[in-house]
Amino acid sequence: MIVIFGIFLLTLLVITAIAIVRTDNLFVAVMLMGIASLLIASNFFLLDAADVALTEAAVGAGISTVLFLSALALTSERERAKSSNRILSFTVVAAAALILIYATFDKPRFGDPEAPVQTHVAPWYLEKTPEYIDIPNVVTAVLGSFRGYDTLGEVFVVFTAGIGVLFLLGSGVPLGSLPREKINEGLRHHLIPRVVGRVLIPFILLFGLYVQFHGEYGPGGGFQAGAIIAAAIILFALLEGERRALSVLPERVLLGLVAFGPLLYGAVGVAGIVLGGNFLDYSVLSDDPVKGQQLGILLIEAGVGVTVTGVLLSIFHAFAARGR
Amino acid sequence: MYYVVTIATLVTMGLALIRAVLGPSVYDRVLAVNMIGTKTVLLLSVIAFLYGRPDFLDLALAYALINFIGVLAVLEFFRNRALRRSTERDEGT
Amino acid sequence: MTTLLDILSWVLLTLGGLSVLIGGIGALRMPDLYTRMHAASVTDSMGTILVLLGIMLQAGWSLATIKLIAILLFLLLTSPTSSNALASAALLAGTRPFDDAVQDDDEGQE
Repeated sequence: MIVIFGIFLLTLLVITAIAIVRTDNLFVAVMLMGIASLLIASNFFLLDAADVALTEAAVGAGISTVLFLSALALTSERERAKSSNRILSFTVVAAAALILIYATFDKPRFGDPEAPVQTHVAPWYLEKTPEYIDIPNVVTAVLGSFRGYDTLGEVFVVFTAGIGVLFLLGSGVPLGSLPREKINEGLRHHLIPRVVGRVLIPFILLFGLYVQFHGEYGPGGGFQAGAIIAAAIILFALLEGERRALSVLPERVLLGLVAFGPLLYGAVGVAGIVLGGNFLDYSVLSDDPVKGQQLGILLIEAGVGVTVTGVLLSIFHAFAARGR
Repeated sequence: MYYVVTIATLVTMGLALIRAVLGPSVYDRVLAVNMIGTKTVLLLSVIAFLYGRPDFLDLALAYALINFIGVLAVLEFFRNRALRRSTERDEGT
Repeated sequence: MTTLLDILSWVLLTLGGLSVLIGGIGALRMPDLYTRMHAASVTDSMGTILVLLGIMLQAGWSLATIKLIAILLFLLLTSPTSSNALASAALLAGTRPFDDAVQDDDEGQE
């Protein structure tokens, strides 16, 4: 029965994708991409992948929509006329799709217990996590400790993306053309969202912190928490205006956060070497190896959360400051 | 017990998707996205209990937050666009 | 007692599902934006309350119930706010309500 639900959601996703491609109003495309993100996150949830679903919802449906809209504010809303060489691109895409579909014929059946991943890798992680790390959420254990080097690379990718956007768009540009009276005039009609938003923002921040530190016991972790906290500050910026948001969290602080996250992660890795183990070996961080692993995971998740928050907020302010 | 609610919610998400694709004005589409967001919250809560994993309710709460922030962001975009256009018109004349 | 709770939560869940479905059909078939918002708000209020109450009866006194109460409070607080913001934005942009009585001049403009 769950499979039927999943298939239905995927059918809705296909309809949404066709609608996104067929429309030429970019704003409609952004709205439909938000819907697509929600549908795929529900599908992840049906497949029992809670951490991925949470990240997809927080980043895809929330932050991506806001960033796309900020970018649309800088450009036009209609798509330009299509280029003429469509036969070639269609042939290339169709060929690649056919090759991929042919490659899936060799994959093991979905949920097959004899598949290599289920007989070698997954049981090892499931057996060894209580022994080495002793936290209930195996996903965080794999992400933070067993495959910690991968996550270090991911943090640096996020860092590089933030730096790249800031190079392209600039940062700390003072707000220009719109006079202050006009910005405040429209808010009179929006008193209700302002009041409700002010009541809710502390709770959203609290929830973000909860997701950050609860990542060892349930779905959560650094990426999701960073996105939720960034979403709370973006809500504040939307309701109270750019100036107040920048006075609450100035550009320097955001750049500091962007740099501090990978620094913390790398420092934990180097601390492993200094204390006698390997790079990113958390067992040597404390007397009890298991406690050391848990401490290490806590620190690197904090680094990840700080990086994601800083990067998302810097990108948002870079877009929003250009638009005025 | 949960199957009826799940089917009803899924069908409503489909209907809202049709509204999002059809809706003649942009506000219809924003309404449809908001509806799909809140239906997703309900769907997640019900399926979390269907699976017997009530600790997945954090996702439903996070979705509710994100949906709210997304709708407000869209409306803020419209307000800024209207303001900018009226400013350009005033400065042009 | 458990059977009574089960029956009660089954009734609540079914009614909630029906409310959600009715609201969805209304959002599709209503003539203009404001009436569609009325229909969609049925799903946000009645549907949410009934479904979450039904699940809460199943969960009993546990952490899950507290999370469900938090979700319910949050949705009840933010859905009317979103509807208000959407309606005022649409009104400011010039969307006129559907009026069947007026003939030629005053067509609803989008």
